[in-house]
Amino acid sequence: MFTFIFKRTLEAIPTLLVLITISFFLMHSAPGSPFSSERSLPPEVLANINAKYHLDEPILSQYFYYLGGLLQGDLGPSFRYKDFSINELVAQSFPVSAEIGLWSFFVAIVIGVSCGVFAALRQNSWLDYAVMSFANLGIVLPNFVLAPLCILFFSIYLQWLPAGGWNGGAWPYLVMPVIAMSTSYIAQIARITRGSMIETMHSNFIRTARAKGLPKYRIIIEHAMRPAMLPVVSYLGPAFVGIVTGSVIVDVYFGTGGIGQHFINGALNRDYSMVMGVTILIGTLTILFNAVVDILYAVIDPKIRY
Amino acid sequence: MNKTLLATALITASLGAMQVQAADVPAGVKLADKQELVRGGGAEPATLDPQKVEGTPGSHRTRELFEGLYNLNGNGDLIPGVAESYTVNADNTVYTFKLRNNAKWSNGDPVTAHDFVYSFTRAVDPATASPYAWFIEIPSIVNASSIIAGKTAPSELGVKALDDYTFEVTLERPVPYFVKMTAHQTMFPAPKKVIEKFGSDWIKPDNIVSNGAYKMDEWVVNEKMVFSRNDHYWNNDKTVIDKVTFLPIESPTVELTRFQAGEMDVSYELPNDHFKQLKRDIPDEVIITPQLGTYYYQFNTTKAPYDDPRVRKALSYAIDRDIITKFVTGTGELPAYTFTPEVVNGFDPATPEFATWTQKERNEKARALLEDAGFTKDSPLEFNLLYNTNENHKKIAIAVASMWKKTLGVKVTLENQEWKTYLETKKAQNFDVARAGWIGDYNEASTMLDLLTSTHGNNDGKYSNTEYDKLLSEAKTMQNPSVNYNKAEEIAINQDMAVAPIYQYTIKRLVKSYVGGYQPNPEDSIYTRDMYIIAH
Repeated sequence: MFTFIFKRTLEAIPTLLVLITISFFLMHSAPGSPFSSERSLPPEVLANINAKYHLDEPILSQYFYYLGGLLQGDLGPSFRYKDFSINELVAQSFPVSAEIGLWSFFVAIVIGVSCGVFAALRQNSWLDYAVMSFANLGIVLPNFVLAPLCILFFSIYLQWLPAGGWNGGAWPYLVMPVIAMSTSYIAQIARITRGSMIETMHSNFIRTARAKGLPKYRIIIEHAMRPAMLPVVSYLGPAFVGIVTGSVIVDVYFGTGGIGQHFINGALNRDYSMVMGVTILIGTLTILFNAVVDILYAVIDPKIRY
Repeated sequence: MNKTLLATALITASLGAMQVQAADVPAGVKLADKQELVRGGGAEPATLDPQKVEGTPGSHRTRELFEGLYNLNGNGDLIPGVAESYTVNADNTVYTFKLRNNAKWSNGDPVTAHDFVYSFTRAVDPATASPYAWFIEIPSIVNASSIIAGKTAPSELGVKALDDYTFEVTLERPVPYFVKMTAHQTMFPAPKKVIEKFGSDWIKPDNIVSNGAYKMDEWVVNEKMVFSRNDHYWNNDKTVIDKVTFLPIESPTVELTRFQAGEMDVSYELPNDHFKQLKRDIPDEVIITPQLGTYYYQFNTTKAPYDDPRVRKALSYAIDRDIITKFVTGTGELPAYTFTPEVVNGFDPATPEFATWTQKERNEKARALLEDAGFTKDSPLEFNLLYNTNENHKKIAIAVASMWKKTLGVKVTLENQEWKTYLETKKAQNFDVARAGWIGDYNEASTMLDLLTSTHGNNDGKYSNTEYDKLLSEAKTMQNPSVNYNKAEEIAINQDMAVAPIYQYTIKRLVKSYVGGYQPNPEDSIYTRDMYIIAH
C-alpha cells in the first residue's frame, strides 16, 4: 500500500507539470491582456503596468518566473483583484466552497444512496418509479434553474431564508446553496446505486445467502452493499472534487464568495494567475481523490490489492 | 478680462463654501432607529486605492472612504470637500486651494496639503503604475506627461504645499474645468505614512486609513464590503447612515432578488427585462437618471467603404433611434443625434440637421447617399457588425441590422465576441462596424469629444479630421469652449458622421422608498453620507 501511495505521488508531479505548462501557454495565448479595457491606457502607462507584472518579459521567462514562485508556494498576484494575491483569494474563497461542498456531498450520499437502495429493493414498484422520476428530474433540472427557484420560493415568498450572502457560513446561508449544489448529485448517485444494487441482488452469492436463510437486512448490509458501492465510489472521486471546488452558479446566485466564479471570471478577465491557481488546485485535488478512490476500492473489494 | 475670471473663480468658490455636502433631513421626517444601508455594488472592484481605481463600482466605494478637494452635487456643481475655497491667478494656470483645518484621517491625523502633494505625485509616478495616471495629464499639471513617460522625476510635478493647509497646483496651460476634476478619485488624498508602512497591503481592512465619511471594516471578495462611520470625518455630525454594506453583484437579476427579499436598499442597476413590471409594481422605487454617456456604432474609417462619409451617413440615418429607445432598450434612454449627451454640464449641443427630419426623410436621404456611393440592390453593401457578447447589445444589433436591411438592402452579419477579444479586435481595426459606448470621466463636453480626435487612444475607428483636432485643442484653453464644441459636433456628426450615435445612457436603479437623500446625477457620484433611512 505504501509503495502504491509513493508511486502515485511520483506520478502526480509530471502530471501536474504538464497541466501547469499547457494551462499557462493556453491562457497566455488568449487574445487580449489582463489590462486591456475599454479605456485603453496610454502606451507609457501600459508599459509601467506590464513591467510591474513582468508581462514585458519573454513568455518563457514569465513561465519560469511563475514556476519559481510556485515552488515557494506563491501562486502570484491577481491581475484582476489588484490588492490581493492568489494565495489570499484562494484562502478566502476555497473554504466557503469546501464547506458548501462537504455538506452537499454528505447530503448527496445519504439521500442518493438511500433512495437508490430503496428503489432497487422495490424494483418496478410505484416507489421505484417515484424515486427514479425524482432522480431524472434532478438530472435535467440544472442548478441555474433550481437556484433562482429556491430564492423565489424560500426568500421572496416565504421569507424563511436569506436570498444570498455567506456571513461566515451561518446555517441559514448554507441551506439553499446546498440544495442547489446537491440535487443533481443526489439524482446521479441514486441512479447509479439503484442499477448496481439490482445487479448485485441478482448475483449468485446473494442467491446463496438467501438460500442459507439469512434475514434480508443482513443480506443487504453485509453482502450486497459493499459490491454495490463500487460504481458509486468510482463516481464519487471526481464528483467530490467537482463539488468541493464550488460552482459558479451557486456563487453568482447566492453571492457566497466561493471559488467557483474565480475560474470563469479569471478566464474572462485574463487573470492569468487566478486561472492557473484554480487549475492547480482542481488538478491536485483530482489526482488526490482519484488515488483515494483507488485505495477505497482495495478496502471495499478484497479482490483488489496493490 | 483676467480680473473678471479671478472674480468668477472667487465667487464660485465662496458660493460653494456656503453649501456643504451632508445628509439634509427635512423637518418632520422621522428617522429609523437603525441607520444601516445596503447597496448593490456592481462588479467587485479591482482595487480601492484611489490612485489606481477604475470604473463606476470602484469609484462608488472610494467616494465613501475618501474625499477630495471638491465634491459634485446632484446638479454637477462644485461643493467644497477638504478644500474650503480656492483662488486662481490671472492667467488661470495656478490654483491655490485653502484646506479646512479640521479635516482628519480615520486615525485622527490631520489631512494636509502634503497628503495631496503625495497623492497627485503618486498618481503619475511610474512606480505606482496607475491606469488613471492620464487623469493628471488631462488638466496639464506641470510635468505630468513627462513624469508618466519616465523622463522627469515624480517630485517635479507642478504641485506644492505652501503650508499645511494651502495646496497649490500649477498647470501648463489654462484648463477651465480643472477644479471639477478634483472631485474624481484619482485626485483624492492618500495617507503617505500608511502606504509607506504597508506597501500595497495598505488598502486591506486592517491597515487602511481614510479621510471620507466612512472607514473600512470588512472586505470579503465577491461577498461584501462593509464600511462604518468615520468618527474623525470633519462633517461627521451631519452624517446619518452609520454603516454601509456594498454587495458585489454583477447580475442585475440576482440583484433584483436581493432587493425583493428586502436585503438591499439601493441597487446598482436593474434588469431591463423587468423594467416595465417594476415600473408598474413599484414606480416610486425605480429611479431613472440620464447618464453622461453615449451608446454608438463605430465605423472603421481606415477601410473602404467606411472611409466614405456618404456610407457612414446612410447607415446612421437609417437607424430609427425612436424605435430603439422605445421598444428595444425601453428603459428611459433618450435617442442620440449628437456625440455629446444633452445632460453634460455647461454645453448644450446644437441639434444637427438630420435630427430635425422625420425618419421617412432620413431613410430617403440614406438610400440616395448609399446609391451615390455605388451600392445598389444588385451590388449591396455587405459587412460584419461587431459587438461584445451581451443580451442587450444583441437585441440592438438585430434591430439595427433589420432596419439597414429593410431601408437600404444592406446585408449585415452579426458577430459577437467575448469582451477581451472584442477589445483586441477593435484595437487592431479588424472590424467594419462595431458597437461602442463611452461614459464620461468628468462633466465637461471634452470628456466625450476628445475621443474622436485623431490621436486619442480610444478612437478605434481612427476617424481623423485636422479641423476637428484643432477645435478641440483650442477649446482646452478657452474660457467658454461651447462655440468650438458645437463646431466640433457639426464636423464629426453632421458633416462626417464619424460614428453613429444611438442613444444616451441612463442610470437605472432601485431605491427603497424609505431611503432619503439619494441624489442621482449624470456622473453617478452617489454619496452614502447624503442619505438617511426613514422610519418604516
